[in-house]
Parts: sequence; C-alpha cells; structure tokens
Amino acid sequence: MTDYFYTANDNLSALVTEHPELLLTLSHFDMPLGFGDKTIAQVCHEHDVEPDFFLLITQVYCNDSYVPAQAVIKSTPMYNLVPYLVRSHDYYLNRRLPHIKSHLAKIASLLPKRAGNAIKQFFDAYVGEVEAHFAHEETTVYPHITRLLTHQHGDDYMINDYLAHHDNLEDKLSDLVQIIFKYLPTGETDDDAIDMIFDILQLSRDLRKHSLIEDKILGPYVKLLEKQHTAR
Amino acid sequence: MKRKVLIVEPSEVIVEGLKVALQHADLRILEPETSVENLGVRLDLHKPDILIINPTLNDNVTEMRNGRNLAVVALVYQYIKQSRLRHFDAVVDIRDSSSSILQMVLDLSTKSSSGDNAMSNHELTRRETAVLVEVAKGLSNKEIASRLNVSVFTVTTHRKNIVRKTGIKSVAGLTVYALLNNLIDEEVVI
Repeated sequence: MTDYFYTANDNLSALVTEHPELLLTLSHFDMPLGFGDKTIAQVCHEHDVEPDFFLLITQVYCNDSYVPAQAVIKSTPMYNLVPYLVRSHDYYLNRRLPHIKSHLAKIASLLPKRAGNAIKQFFDAYVGEVEAHFAHEETTVYPHITRLLTHQHGDDYMINDYLAHHDNLEDKLSDLVQIIFKYLPTGETDDDAIDMIFDILQLSRDLRKHSLIEDKILGPYVKLLEKQHTAR
Repeated sequence: MKRKVLIVEPSEVIVEGLKVALQHADLRILEPETSVENLGVRLDLHKPDILIINPTLNDNVTEMRNGRNLAVVALVYQYIKQSRLRHFDAVVDIRDSSSSILQMVLDLSTKSSSGDNAMSNHELTRRETAVLVEVAKGLSNKEIASRLNVSVFTVTTHRKNIVRKTGIKSVAGLTVYALLNNLIDEEVVI
C-alpha cells in the first residue's frame, strides 16, 4: 500500500537505531523502552497504536520533505492523532520548558542583574506564547475534530483559519541561542550555557517536527473531514 | 570630503538607476565596472570608500576588503542565500525605495570615515542602532519612521539589516540584545 521506509513487520529497534530522534516520538506515543526484538506492529498493538499511523508519524518525523498523499491521509486511521499531539504538548510544557528554565535561571544568576532579568523575562514571555498556542489547539482545533467526527452541526470554525495563523514557535528559541552564544557578557558560565544551547536546539528541532506533523497530517486530515461533513 | 562609490554590476539599466538614486552632495560615483575583471586594480587605483557589488559576481568580502578601509555593499535583485550575504556591511535590494537606498549608503559612509570598521560586518551602523532602540521600545515601523524622520521603507531596510547582522528575529529578542548592550534602560521597555 504505502511506500514507507520501514514496514510494520520490521523490528522497532532497527528503526530507532537508525533514527534515534524517534525516541521522543515513542515517548509521545507512551511506548516505553525495553521493546526487545519486537516488530513495530507488535509494539503498536500492545499500546493501542495503529501501526499505519505510527509509520506515518515516523515518516514525517524523519524526512522533512515527505508530504503524505491525500490517499494516505484518507486510508490511515487517525484516532491516535489528537492524543499524540496532546501528549507532545504536555511533554514540552511540563518537562522540556521547565528544564530549560531552571538552566537559564542558573546562568542568569551569574550575570549582572539587569542582563539576567532581561533573559529570564524573554524566556517567560516565550513560554507564555507556547502555552497560548497549545491552548488554542486544545480548546478550538481538537474539539472541532470531535464535532466533525460525531457529525454535530453549527460549527463555523474552519481548519484553514488555523493553518493561516499557525505561527512558528522556533524563531524565538533561535533568538535565545543567538543571544546566549553571541552576546552574553560572561566567560564563567560557559559549560552551563553550552548544555543549555544543546537543550534548546533539541527542543527547537522537536517543535519543528511537531509543526510538520500539524501541517502535513492534522491540516489535510481536518480538511478531509470538513469536506465529508459539507457533503453530507 | 566626498565619499567615493564604485558600482560593480553587469546590468547597465540597474547601474544607471542606482546612479540616480545615489545623487547626493556627499557622494561621488566612480566610473562603474560591469565585471570583476579589473576590480583589484580599480580598488587600488581609485580607492573607493564604498563598493556596491552584485554578490553573484563576487561574495568574498574579506578578499575585496583586504585591509582597505572599504565598506562593501551587496546589490541584490533575486533570491540570494543569507549565508552568502553574511559578510557584507549592508544589503541593498533594488526593490527598496531610492531614498532608503541613499540613506543606507550615507550611513555607511559616516561609519567608514570613523576609521574603525574592522568589525563592521557585525556592528550596527549609527542609524541601525537608532532604529533598534525604537524597535526595542515597542514602536511600529510607522512610528519609528516619523520619529527618525525617514520613510517607512528605510525603516524596513534597516530592520532587515539589523536581523541579518545580529541573527535575532523577534522584537523581544532584539529588546534583550539592546538591554545587554546598554542601548536602552529597563524602564523604557513596555
């Protein structure tokens, strides 16, 4: 059927060995490590994940230029999509961002007060934006999907509104990296700063993949549902 | 003293247009070159203060500057990778208004006359710094234009150059940059 780079009968460990960045995806699927030599299909079934959906996500995650055909979007069961996105949000908000924040607080405490405060405020404002972005998706976009799936009427919202205003969450992280390694008035904080830059770059990469999943899977999928809904 | 400007660009139409845009009492436009063939000789012979060059001809700014007190400006009219423009002191886009192109070149000349442009590819010009300060205060392009008495186009061009030089895209990030460099006080930030 679909020409994925791995199939459901391949070992999950082979896939993750080749693409270690997928470890995060596994955690967003709530699949623990220690999967031995089980195939992708086996691990998926154990955790109530649709193997085709899992492969679709990994394909988008590992290959930036991959755009799923409409037939693929149509034929792939999507019941894991919203839970997957919600769990990713939770991971960013409750794990990664607090982790970076505590790193940043440590660095800021070694800086002149004014510089330290400026950086902390910048980061807090950024976290606020990320929260608002995710909250909009969870309170507006995802309920819209539920309404479409349960054929409820009276929903004026269209996914195009969302896609048109889908802002980029990585720009400010890249600004923070630039500020830290180019303009921080210090020398003593180097080790911490380098650790933190790696953390930020990693988060930034993962957020970009997250947007790709929203643009290439969520967007087309909801458009399809809207079309079916109008046709009824 | 008048600043000497050398334009290196294959298109005659663009050269002529640029010459009109750069008519100013403080600038003297040297006989333009259409290729880089004689560039080294011209730079040594006529000692221009400002070189405006199409980066598709040559983007090796270090080689062109080569110890000379020379501001090098990229002249672009198509998509050029940002990494190729990184070392230029400024970027002029032919779609910018004539007045903003002139303003940018005049800003450069005040800087190269101050003599210390060893780090010029990273440093902001005086005018760019002024724009940055207003950006950090949260003013819009329109408000900045009227405060500094320049066109909105000029402000956008400066902003593009600020982003290119600092690598910082967001207003919040630029505000932090301005604070770290003591360009503004915390009280002015809203």
